[in-house]
Amino acid sequence: MIADTLRLMIAPNKASDTVVPPTGFTARLTVFAAGAMAFLAVFALALSVSTGRLADRWEAELNSSVTIRISAPADQVEAQTLAVLKVLDQTAGVASARALEPDEQRALLAPWFGPDVPLEELPLPRLVDVVQGPQGLDAAGLRLRLAAEVPGAVLDDHSRWRAPLVDAARALRMLGWIALGLIGITTAAMITLAANAALAANAQVIRVLRLVGARDTFIAGAFVRRFTLRGLIGAAAGTTAGIVAIILLPNGAEGGFLTGLGFEGLGWLSPVLIPPLGAIVAFAATRAAALRTLSGLR
Amino acid sequence: MRRIRVKDEQAVIELRDTSYSYRGGEPLLQGMTLQVAPGSFHFLTGPSGAGKSTLLKLMYAELQATGGAVTLFGQDSRVMDRNAVADVRTRIGVVHQDCQFLDHLSIADNVALPLMVQGKPVGSDLHDLLAWVGLSDRMHAFPPELSGGERQRAALARAVILSPDVILADEPTGNIDWDMSQRVLQLLVELNKMGKTVMVATHDIALIRAAKPQVSTRILRISNKRLQSAGAEL
Ligand SMILES: Nc1ncnc2c1ncn2[C@@H]1O[C@H](COP(=O)(O)OP(=O)(O)O)[C@@H](O)[C@H]1O
Ligand SMILES: [Mg+2]
Repeated sequence: MIADTLRLMIAPNKASDTVVPPTGFTARLTVFAAGAMAFLAVFALALSVSTGRLADRWEAELNSSVTIRISAPADQVEAQTLAVLKVLDQTAGVASARALEPDEQRALLAPWFGPDVPLEELPLPRLVDVVQGPQGLDAAGLRLRLAAEVPGAVLDDHSRWRAPLVDAARALRMLGWIALGLIGITTAAMITLAANAALAANAQVIRVLRLVGARDTFIAGAFVRRFTLRGLIGAAAGTTAGIVAIILLPNGAEGGFLTGLGFEGLGWLSPVLIPPLGAIVAFAATRAAALRTLSGLR
Repeated sequence: MRRIRVKDEQAVIELRDTSYSYRGGEPLLQGMTLQVAPGSFHFLTGPSGAGKSTLLKLMYAELQATGGAVTLFGQDSRVMDRNAVADVRTRIGVVHQDCQFLDHLSIADNVALPLMVQGKPVGSDLHDLLAWVGLSDRMHAFPPELSGGERQRAALARAVILSPDVILADEPTGNIDWDMSQRVLQLLVELNKMGKTVMVATHDIALIRAAKPQVSTRILRISNKRLQSAGAEL
C-alpha cells in the first residue's frame, strides 16, 4: 500500500506532469535551497565525524598509556627506576612497562629545547612508559603504592589535562549532529514553503483535476515528483561542492585539530547519503503540503 | 474498485429529505426528496439564485448535504472517502456552469483530461468525440480563444469522454445564442437516447419547451427552497 503510493508518486507520469504547469521560480528556489543545505550538511557531517574520531583516539590513548616520572638525586635515579619497574611488574592491569632511554627522551624534548641540549647535565626526571592491559589499572592504588615505596616517582595518567579536550571533542561532535538535524528541518521548512507556493499558484488546476475525477495521489504526485527531483538534484550538487571543498582544505600536521577536518577511508561514503536524504525530506514535505491542501477540497 | 451494480429500477441519484445551507447562512434547500431513474432526462429549473447549481454540486459530491442524505449509485455520499468521491466522478460527467478548463492546455488536452487523470491512454475516441461536438478544427486552440458555444460543447465533450452513466449540465446554454443552444440540446438528447441519464439545470424556459417534442422529460423546479414537479404549465 505504502510502496504503491510511493510508486504512484515517484514513477514518471507524463499525464500529471503536463496537467500541472511548470513552476519556474519555485523550482529554481528549491534546487538552490537544497544545494546550499547539502553543502552545509557535508561540513556538519565532517565536523561530527572528525571530532568523533579525535575524541575516540584521544580517549584510547588516554586510557591505554600512563607515564611515571621519577625525580631523584642523580645517584638514586637508576635504583628508583628499577624499583618502579618492579612495582609495575606486580601491578594488575599493566601490559608492559619500559623506562625510556636518554636518547628517546632527548628526541621527545628536541622540539622544545633544540637538538644539542646536554640532557645528562640537566636534572631531568626519568620517564617510564606504561601500557595498560584491556582491564585497565587501578591508578589510585598504584599511586599510593609508589608513594610508599619509591618516593621520587609520580604517576601521570594524562587524564588531568586531556580529559577536558576529549569532552570538548565530544561536545563538538554533538554540535555537528545537532547542526545536521537543524539543516534537515530547515530544508523541510523551505521545501514546504516552496511547495505551498506552488500549490497555491495551482489552486484552480487542482480544483479542476479533482472535479474530473483525479485521485489525491495523482494530484499530489505531480507536485511530489517535481520537488523530490529538485531536492535530489540540488542536494547532489551541494554535496559534490562540499566534498570538493573539504578535499581542497589544507591538510597539514598529522592529527592536528583544525587541519584534521574531513573523512577517512570508508567515511568518504557517508556524504553520499546526503542527496537521498534530501530527496526523502523533499518527498515527505511536499506530500504533507499537498495532502493538506487537498483536504480542504472535496 | 468495487462498483455497486445498479439495478434497472434503482435510482442512480437519490435525495432523501435533503437540506443544504452554506456555512453560516440561511437554509437554501430544504427537505428535498428525489429519485433519478437510470436513462431519464430531467430539467431542473427555478429563478437565478434558487440553488440549482448547489443542488447539482450535491449530486456530484462537491458539497455534502447538511441534512438528510444524498445517495450516488447506492452509496451514501456522507460515508464516501476521498477516493470513492474521485471514482464516482468518473461515472458522473459534469458540464460546469463556468466550464472549468485548464487554460494552459489545448482543447484536445482539456477534453482528454478525465482520461489522463485515470492514467488511461488517449485514443482515437478523442477525435470522434471532438467531431461529434463539431470542434475537430479547434482542437489545438486554447480555452480563452473559444466562443461561448464552443466552450459549452468542449465542456460537454469532456463530461462524456469517460462514458459516464450520468451527465449533469449546469446552464449549458447560458450566454450562447439560440441556434447554438439548440445544437447543445441536440447533443444532450442524443446522449439520453444512448441510455445516459441526463440532468440539465437551466432557467431558460424556452429551452425546456424546445426539448419537449424531442424527448420525454421530467421537469423539476426549486421554489421556496423546495423541490417541486412542474411540467403541465410549461
Ligand atoms: N460558496 C457559496 N457560499 C455562500 N453562498 C453561496 C455559495 N455559492 C452560492 N451561494 C448562494 O447560494 C444561492 C444559490 O446559488 P446557486 O446554487 O448558484 O443558484 P442558481 O444556480 O440556482 O442560480 C445564491 O444566493 C448564492 O449567492
Ligand atoms: Mg447556477
